[in-house]
Amino acid sequence: MKKYIILPIVLIIAGAFFLISFKSKERAKEDLNIYKNLSGGGNTDLVLPAGFHASLIENNIGEARHIAVTKEGDIYVKLLYPKNGKGILFLKKTVGNKYQVSGFGNYGGTGILLNGGYLYASSNTTVYRYKLNDNDEVTDPEHPDVIVKGLIDRRQHNSKSLAMDNNGNLYVNIGAYSNSCQVEDRVPGSMGQKGCPILDSAGGIWQFKADKLNQTYGDGVRYATGIRNVVGLDWNNQSNSLYVMQMGRDQLHDLFPKYYNAEISALLPAECLYELHRGANAGFPYAYYDQIKKKYMLAPEYGGNGKIESNKNYLPPSLAFPGHLAPTAVLFYTGNQFPEKYKNGAFIAFHGSWNRSPEKQAGFFVVFAPFENGKPTGKWEIFANNFAGTKDVISPRNAKYRPCGLAQGPDGSLYVSDDTKGAIFKISYNK
Amino acid sequence: MKKGIFYVSILAIPLTVVSLGMKTSEPEKDESANRIQFVQKNKAGEKIFKQYCATCHQLDGGGVPNIAPPLIQTKYVLGDKNTLIHIVLNGFNEDVEIDNQHFSNPMPPFKSKLSDKDVANVLSYVRSSFGNDASAVTASEVKAIRSGK
Repeated sequence: MKKYIILPIVLIIAGAFFLISFKSKERAKEDLNIYKNLSGGGNTDLVLPAGFHASLIENNIGEARHIAVTKEGDIYVKLLYPKNGKGILFLKKTVGNKYQVSGFGNYGGTGILLNGGYLYASSNTTVYRYKLNDNDEVTDPEHPDVIVKGLIDRRQHNSKSLAMDNNGNLYVNIGAYSNSCQVEDRVPGSMGQKGCPILDSAGGIWQFKADKLNQTYGDGVRYATGIRNVVGLDWNNQSNSLYVMQMGRDQLHDLFPKYYNAEISALLPAECLYELHRGANAGFPYAYYDQIKKKYMLAPEYGGNGKIESNKNYLPPSLAFPGHLAPTAVLFYTGNQFPEKYKNGAFIAFHGSWNRSPEKQAGFFVVFAPFENGKPTGKWEIFANNFAGTKDVISPRNAKYRPCGLAQGPDGSLYVSDDTKGAIFKISYNK
Repeated sequence: MKKGIFYVSILAIPLTVVSLGMKTSEPEKDESANRIQFVQKNKAGEKIFKQYCATCHQLDGGGVPNIAPPLIQTKYVLGDKNTLIHIVLNGFNEDVEIDNQHFSNPMPPFKSKLSDKDVANVLSYVRSSFGNDASAVTASEVKAIRSGK
């Protein structure tokens, strides 16, 4: 008699597990389609929460990566490639909402920030520093200080993004010059290099002194490792810690089709927000974070098959987003203009994916994640959407704009840069 | 060009039926057979393209800005066939500049994954798709490069 009872119970439990795993997969997909409480805004096609407005303040200025806004409301823009020989643009406010554009710095790159009377900017190998006058204008654009030099640039993941703490330390991302440390990069089935040598000089965040000249690897500290590539990072003054958005590895299906189908490969692995302290390790290239299982899984290059958990104690993510959305900026909002819930929370720019094919590409939006006491609450929502101008992005080239950098203006407005042709958006709140 | 392939394939069916059913003269028969072969070859090429190439170069061959170069109207695709075959067989990890953009990701080698015929099919597909209109690549041309001649 007993076995007649046990069998249905087993079936019910198995069914429940199946449903739960199915539901969580569905939910992971739905995460990409949150359009609630959104309305049109300003003179752009951006879709924003009620009360917010966006204006396009510049366009076609060049591939605008990170941006910094001065207390006067002027804007520094780091261009990916120099335009007319200028790699940094200075957008000086004139009358109304007009800007006068000038430039300096003959190098391309991504990182730029303002701190302590200086402008810091990076090429793909070097961090420079420019002295500012009282109006936050660069005094000697031709002779910057070299703060850090000789950082590795092997084309892949070569942008050197910047952040600073309140103790005179500069944090620089050095991305892994590889997808997953395979013996042959991006070759189907190629296994991982033992003791991945990339981690010696890349695949992590390095800490340098912000005021010491001509530093290189030997002068810096490998602050955190096992981080594949970070473009977006910011210091959180409440937790007094560095938060970074990692871009997770590509091509699980292309490289290991026997373990991953195209559908799951479009969602995995997670794009993770990490709170870093010195010595942190986020597992790259040996493991990746699966946001559906909520666990670190062994990478297929290192013996994984999509089902084997990593047995190492890697840093748990603070937030885990769907795969391949390509986070390119993090900004903690400290302004007073936006409603209370935005205070001290994180805006995260998602540049948009390229390797979710044959599914549609996703991202091309700015997310807001509320924080309490320096920690994320666990929720997140799409704040500014429709940079792409269409929901049907098959290839990232179909996107009209791709959000890249974020900055906060002196009045609490949020600035967003675009690195397709180079647009700068200003998002404001007026109830 | 896609339309072209479509029309050719539409034409090919009745032509085959006609040629099989009516015992037409020899040259016409050969022509229809060639057309069928052309269509099938491109289908085989398209399949390989979708499996191995489309993730990076995208389904429309347009590539990914700053990451993977486009395959549309570039000298790499339309120019010297031998260079192109060499890239597919042996991979490519050098700085490429197209329209003032540089591309970061390496192209993996495919010599152990794709046969001479596969490489010929996929390159013929690429050279005749996305607005490209260059000549086909043959398996013997691939074989010659593979054997280092």
